[in-house]
Amino acid sequence: MNVSNAELWTIIVLLGIGTFLIRYSFLGIIGDRKLPPWILRHLRYTPVAVLPGLVAPLVIWPQATGGQTDPARLAAAAATLIVGYITKSLLWAVFAGAAVLYGLLYLLG
Amino acid sequence: MSSPEAAPFAETPAQSYWRGLRHGTPFLVILVPFAMLFGVVAVEAGLSITQTMGFSVLVIAGAAQLTAIQLLQDHAPVYIVLAASLAVNLRMAMYSAALVPYLGDARTPLRMVIAYFNVDQTYALSQAEYENRPAMPMANRIAYFLGVATPICPPWYIFTWLGAAFGTRIPPEFALDFIVPIAFLGIIAPALRTLAHVAAAVTSILVALAFAWLPSGLGVLVAGVVAMIVGARVELWLEARMQ
Repeated sequence: MNVSNAELWTIIVLLGIGTFLIRYSFLGIIGDRKLPPWILRHLRYTPVAVLPGLVAPLVIWPQATGGQTDPARLAAAAATLIVGYITKSLLWAVFAGAAVLYGLLYLLG
Repeated sequence: MSSPEAAPFAETPAQSYWRGLRHGTPFLVILVPFAMLFGVVAVEAGLSITQTMGFSVLVIAGAAQLTAIQLLQDHAPVYIVLAASLAVNLRMAMYSAALVPYLGDARTPLRMVIAYFNVDQTYALSQAEYENRPAMPMANRIAYFLGVATPICPPWYIFTWLGAAFGTRIPPEFALDFIVPIAFLGIIAPALRTLAHVAAAVTSILVALAFAWLPSGLGVLVAGVVAMIVGARVELWLEARMQ
């Protein structure tokens, strides 16, 4: 990580303030006004729009293998997605992914 | 027979608080490992324990906190770290709007406290509770919300600290590098509720991979904006087809 302490604290504090303002927006500032449907329609997709893009390069080009695609990590990612999709549970998804990852890392050496 | 509105509410605020606490407690099963994971990952990435705690206390949003750490490790510039992490949290504006009909008349300091604790679980449980019990007085609503927050928010701090304090002793065989992607995938998969969500996620992956050559983190931002628009478009298209 190549940021200074001051930059790190700037990120932490601004992220804290920004997140609070998002949570306080309607409760505290805007009040009982309906969000326009087109804004709601976009907000609904913010987590699934940002997180997959963040995670995709990490899965395909893992840092630990120097960017070489790795079968154990690919299989672990697939297991996490499939189990998470079926069970709708973060916990089971992560368990499945970790089990496949450690199992294959052990078997493949 | 009196109408349900006129009947006095059969529960004291203290009882509402305890019910909220009971409803929130099962979430500890997910929250404890997730908070510890954040603590471990943040310290491994080079943050001090104080900075790690700064994240969990000031931000209290696991996905956004992990996003920030991941982008920092990718050497993304400060503005991209902030933009991407805040984008992950934008959904909470919806939570804020959804609570207005129930909590909008509470006193300002209370509304600020509620906003600070307005995370996925407190929002989801409280919203459902208020809908099921429209006659609930304001004091009970607030008490219920704080009851749910009690087993969720303070443990988030405590287990972040435990992860940060003891996590550095985890040996490298545990491939901690890949636990973060697995945690993200564990958040994404249950969120793929409709075809529109799937379309947004697939778009995000394709655009992020196509723009991976951009300076760190910028590809994710481009992917986020494009994927959000695709999600909204597919939703409109699905609605039109239903009619």
